[in-house]
Amino acid sequence: MQTTPAPLLEVDDLRLGFQAGRQQLCAVDGVSFRIARGETFALLGESGCGKSVTAQGILRLLPAAGRVLGGSVRYDGTDLLALPEVAMRAYRGGKIAMIFQEPSTSLNPVLTVGQQIAEVLARHLALRGEAARARSQELLEQVGIADPARRLDEYPFQLSGGMQQRVMIAIALAGEPELLIADEPTTALDVTMQAQILDLLAQLQAERGMAILLITHDLGVVARLAQRIGVMYAGELVEIAGREQFFTQPAHPYTQALFAALPDAGRRGAPLRTIVGQVPALSALPPGCRFAPRCPQAMPVCREENPAWRVEACGAQVRCHWQNEGEAVPAAGESATDDAAPATLAPLLQIRDLAVHFPIRKGILQRVVGQVKAVDGVSLTLAPGRTLALVGESGCGKTTVGKALLQLIRPTAGSVRVNGEEWVGARGKSLRQARRQAQMVFQNPFASLNPRLRVGEIIAEGMQTLGGLGEPATAIAALLQAVGLPADAAGRFPHEFSGGQRQRIAIARALAVQPRLLVCDEPTSALDVSVQAQILNLLKTLQQNLGVAYLFITHNLAVVEYLAHDIAVMYLGRIVECGTAAEVLAAPRHPYTQALLSAVLQPRLEEDGSGVQVLAGEIPSPARPPAGCHFHPRCPKATVECRNSYPVAQPLTATHRVNCHWPG
Amino acid sequence: MNGVQIVFLWSDALIWLLLAAGLGLVLLVRRSPPLRAAWGKVAASRSGMGAATVLLAFVLVGWLDSLHYRPALPAAEGAEIRYAIEVRSLLDALADPLRSRTEKTYSAPLATHAYVKESTEHPGGGVTRAFPPLLHGGAHLAGAYDKHADDVAWRVAVGVLAAVLLWLPIAVWVAARQGGWGKVWRGETATAWHAVLLTLGAILLVLGPVFSLAGGYHVFGTDKVGQDVLYQVLKSVRTALIIGLVTTLVMLPLAVLLGIVAGYFRGWADDLIQYVYTVLNSIPSVLLIAAAVLMLQVLIDGHPEWFATAAERADLRLLALCFILGMTSWTGLCRLLRGETLKLRELEYIQAAQAFGVGSGRIISRHILPNVMHIVIIALVMDFSSLVLAEAVLSYVGIGVDPSMISFGTMINNARMELGREPVVWWSLAAAFAAMFILVLAANLFADAVRDAFDPRTA
Amino acid sequence: MFAYLVRRLLYALPILIGVNLITFALFFVVNTPDDMARLQLGVKRVTPEAIAEWKAARGYDQPLFFNPEARGLGTVTQTIFFSKSVRLFVGDFGRAEDGRDITREMLNRMGPSLAIALPTFVLGLLVTVSLALMLAFFRATALDLWGVVLCVAMMSVSGLFYIIGGQYLFAKVFRLVPISGYGVGLDAWRFLVLPVLIGVVAGIGASTRWYRTIFLEEVGKDYVRTARAKGLSETWVFFRHVLKNALIPILTGVVVVIPSLFMGSLLTESFFGIPGLGSYTIDAIQAQDFAVVRAMVFVGSVLYILGLILTDISYTLVDPRIRFA
Repeated sequence: MQTTPAPLLEVDDLRLGFQAGRQQLCAVDGVSFRIARGETFALLGESGCGKSVTAQGILRLLPAAGRVLGGSVRYDGTDLLALPEVAMRAYRGGKIAMIFQEPSTSLNPVLTVGQQIAEVLARHLALRGEAARARSQELLEQVGIADPARRLDEYPFQLSGGMQQRVMIAIALAGEPELLIADEPTTALDVTMQAQILDLLAQLQAERGMAILLITHDLGVVARLAQRIGVMYAGELVEIAGREQFFTQPAHPYTQALFAALPDAGRRGAPLRTIVGQVPALSALPPGCRFAPRCPQAMPVCREENPAWRVEACGAQVRCHWQNEGEAVPAAGESATDDAAPATLAPLLQIRDLAVHFPIRKGILQRVVGQVKAVDGVSLTLAPGRTLALVGESGCGKTTVGKALLQLIRPTAGSVRVNGEEWVGARGKSLRQARRQAQMVFQNPFASLNPRLRVGEIIAEGMQTLGGLGEPATAIAALLQAVGLPADAAGRFPHEFSGGQRQRIAIARALAVQPRLLVCDEPTSALDVSVQAQILNLLKTLQQNLGVAYLFITHNLAVVEYLAHDIAVMYLGRIVECGTAAEVLAAPRHPYTQALLSAVLQPRLEEDGSGVQVLAGEIPSPARPPAGCHFHPRCPKATVECRNSYPVAQPLTATHRVNCHWPG
Repeated sequence: MNGVQIVFLWSDALIWLLLAAGLGLVLLVRRSPPLRAAWGKVAASRSGMGAATVLLAFVLVGWLDSLHYRPALPAAEGAEIRYAIEVRSLLDALADPLRSRTEKTYSAPLATHAYVKESTEHPGGGVTRAFPPLLHGGAHLAGAYDKHADDVAWRVAVGVLAAVLLWLPIAVWVAARQGGWGKVWRGETATAWHAVLLTLGAILLVLGPVFSLAGGYHVFGTDKVGQDVLYQVLKSVRTALIIGLVTTLVMLPLAVLLGIVAGYFRGWADDLIQYVYTVLNSIPSVLLIAAAVLMLQVLIDGHPEWFATAAERADLRLLALCFILGMTSWTGLCRLLRGETLKLRELEYIQAAQAFGVGSGRIISRHILPNVMHIVIIALVMDFSSLVLAEAVLSYVGIGVDPSMISFGTMINNARMELGREPVVWWSLAAAFAAMFILVLAANLFADAVRDAFDPRTA
Repeated sequence: MFAYLVRRLLYALPILIGVNLITFALFFVVNTPDDMARLQLGVKRVTPEAIAEWKAARGYDQPLFFNPEARGLGTVTQTIFFSKSVRLFVGDFGRAEDGRDITREMLNRMGPSLAIALPTFVLGLLVTVSLALMLAFFRATALDLWGVVLCVAMMSVSGLFYIIGGQYLFAKVFRLVPISGYGVGLDAWRFLVLPVLIGVVAGIGASTRWYRTIFLEEVGKDYVRTARAKGLSETWVFFRHVLKNALIPILTGVVVVIPSLFMGSLLTESFFGIPGLGSYTIDAIQAQDFAVVRAMVFVGSVLYILGLILTDISYTLVDPRIRFA
């Protein structure tokens, strides 16, 4: 526990709300915490818990409908909430800077990088002209941007997502702040980019002794950076603990549940522990403890009385009636029981040399001058009842593989056989017949259900087109039950359901035609951890009961470790390594796979980023892939050979193959 | 009256069609909760409901003016009944005094004497120039013109009283159904009833005295040929409504079909549709309308045998104008729908349907059409007011409705020189502009409420 | 960029051909030249000879598309389609009913049209953008609320009212400016003040409201929050960040009408007796002078297409995302 005498930031009983019509909704209710100089304090919570609103409230940057309802925010003894607006501006960007989740929209698209940094220098340091330019260049250098002089005159859209976030950080640093508020700074980025940015933040903090208020939902990010952690739930802080207590003895049942809901290799075979229900809406907060309706330890008193703060023996503060010593995080490495059929069965899905190219047109006559090779010769095999994870970072073409497989995008070349039937080129009746075999679950549950149709109609759609499980009404009821939704859901509209429930509806819709293969495109990436666990459990149960095979497209390696039997890793439109889960995860042979795996942050006390192999550079554009091995510009082992020729697939075992000149 | 022959003009048929479509929409909305929620937001909007009340009053006038008949001519006993060549409407019958009591020429609002001096020859010789008394305006005073002011005041009082007596029971009834006065006045009802009642009160307070006065005077004066201006304003309403509504009806199917087809199928269909609307767009719309109307005029003039009555000819010309306006204005909506469909077709629920092999027709009707309907509805209500304004301009230019058809445009066109006269004749223009302003303002306010309710960005 | 422009120019050609076909169909296929002659001559003077003479004087006595009596190329060129439609492409618009050369008349009248339309456009843009900026800056205050109400009211008023009312008030009652007419050279300004003023006022309602929504849309974006988090003042955020972004859709949106300014304004010119292209068009419509209307349709389309191309160019000039893409 920190015992700094004068904390840098003291938030005391902060209450923030939103005006909704004539109603006032309380989004942050009595939050208090302190941040010492040079300390990293993490506010952890699921979406809608009020953590971002808290951050905005500290800087008084609430959206137009936002209201400060009470409490105080003291910065170095000054109450920020009582300051006049003009005085407050000296703090914003000067003493306290902030970076946001979405760097692509948070930078002004029509001002150059240099102008956006210079603005802060002029405002807070009165630096102008050449001095400002020199300082801006220095700042870009500090945040690890190569060729900073050129970048100063570029516009944000000319930079990649990772670089944009670096620019955001440079802007934040420009005012020499003592406190940096980082609101989900890496959520929009790929794992390898995330590793780079977190490294940068850790290094900057060490150099400058700057305090960081880290807003995140990701326990891995917390483990990498945070020194103290506050857990928020439904607008309230429920636990504040130092790093050590937090990771060894989480005290609040909610915190414990968050840990337990995380998928990883250690929990394979066993269902994940989930939190029942969902985060309550601001307009319908339960009386008493807000977590009580979902709490496994709830007692009658919990439903009546909101618990007061209590200091645990270890020093953690917790807001809970339940007097437990705190359950230890289940140790990893329990026996992983692989219960699925062996891979020697006749394959259900066979993809051979699948290619999807999009032409690039240029010139007066719009001639085709090149191809974006989104998918460039992908071959995969999937046995019935098994799960093949297709892993890769954004833009690698993994979603295109899924859609091309289902003929939602016409492949340029290659073959897709499901149950021995060729799909590529199939049309009309034969394609319709084929569609019964394979269906898809999409990434965004808010865009994958037609808002104008009832849930029953949505589920019935496939049955009506392809024929299904007999009498529609009973079939729909059975499907709803199978995915864990009440039977009366059929008569309701999608907007009445939460994200997790919508994803269940989407799964029910896909299952309605009894497919043998389900393509799951990032089905949990839009969901909170506790809901993700529910969906993963559901998918696992369905596989056990129905024997359906999954092609699981994802960038989340923790999910892969938990769920997949086989893994294929994609980079720039090609598979670079594939094999069984055990082979790829335990003994990755491709440098990219190794880097990818190392970049996954473990939610453990020991996580300090030391194991991460930070990959240099960015993913190149698929329109202009590097010659030779696509990965060579970022590869630590690259040689002349790698620059000249693309490596052929090398079989390592019967199932494990890798495309690398120097596997190891 | 000893018999009438019901006449169905083409535009009447379309009005009934519109009415049926409106009822169909109401049924559809009642069955679909998302639509009900959106319209519920419109109903909760104070300005929207006030505007809707005003629009409803206009629609009522227009509807009364759409029940057409030909009165039977007085005929000898036993002879075959023959019908007048003139087509009248229910509104004409109700406002018969206004229609038939024409003066010789200009008279000011509420006047008892003509606006210009006239020479009268006296039997005893000599000519005097004086303002002659009107044939109808103030005729009931029977020469006691000193009572004019009292009479006007009395009639206003009667009108106001009638308005209050009419309004009170309605207000009481609404309050009883909505859970008491207090709730209604504080605006706590789901539908903004207080706005409806207030607007209704205002309408009645204006209409009561106007109708009470209209019994004895020309409330808005008379025009050059002595016709009552109030009557003209009432008749103009139907023309404006038809232009505003039928035009959209004409262009809607085309815009919706082509917009969605272009956006959904892309490829050559998209290229072709884009080409067509770029071509149509590139012709300045006034000129395209002018060219089309000129040609139409030649066509109509060349075939007098097509029309039984002048009303039929004017009616067909009105519809043709709607059609031409529709042809020139579908491109905007089409482009909007194309863009939205392009966005929608990439959405995951459309891809989910495609993964089931659902046919394109079914995807369009089930998944795309319902999800672009808000754009169609917004466009529909937004276009209404601009079309009403456009009619006035086109009629002024001479490419609008038939000159024999009463509309705001023809009223303004006929009165264009009156402000240049000495003394100034202002009432025709003022009445036409004021009525048009109220109609268009109500339409704009209603359109705003609808847009706020349906536009997902403002939701 | 260059290739793109060439492509746009090439695309303009089929569009102009389409415009041409539509006008040709409207003027010569829906009604025969005989019908037009009857209308023009009036009921009394219609005799077969008079019609033939009328047609011959205007060159309407040829076949529509194909002349079997002519030879060689003449089978195609000695037709109404060629002489009336194809010739438009070389700027030969033929003669008006009064016998004057349409092309020359148009060139003469462009000046007065532009003298009204250009100041109206520039002033109108300045005024409405400033007003919208003010409403957006004071958003969600009483000023904004009543400003919007005023805008809706102003856009509900007929354009004719602005003209008729303005003319009556300023020219007749106050006698500040001449009622109508046009002068030569600098003297023209007295005649221009009122029409320009009326044109600006008439456009305030709709444009201000539209620009205000554009500004508000920008105000809600993430980069504005970033700018505020830098400690910049609200004014600075508004004028440097929001204005610059919002001007892109506003400027590129209005560019399309710039070439069409040459066409003048129908109503204003006819009410104020300005000898521009707008009043020329209205006179032609009222006199049913088909040749002039046809010519104006063609010129209008050319100018509109020019506007589309200018829009594309303006995008690349003001939007760095397109300039450097």
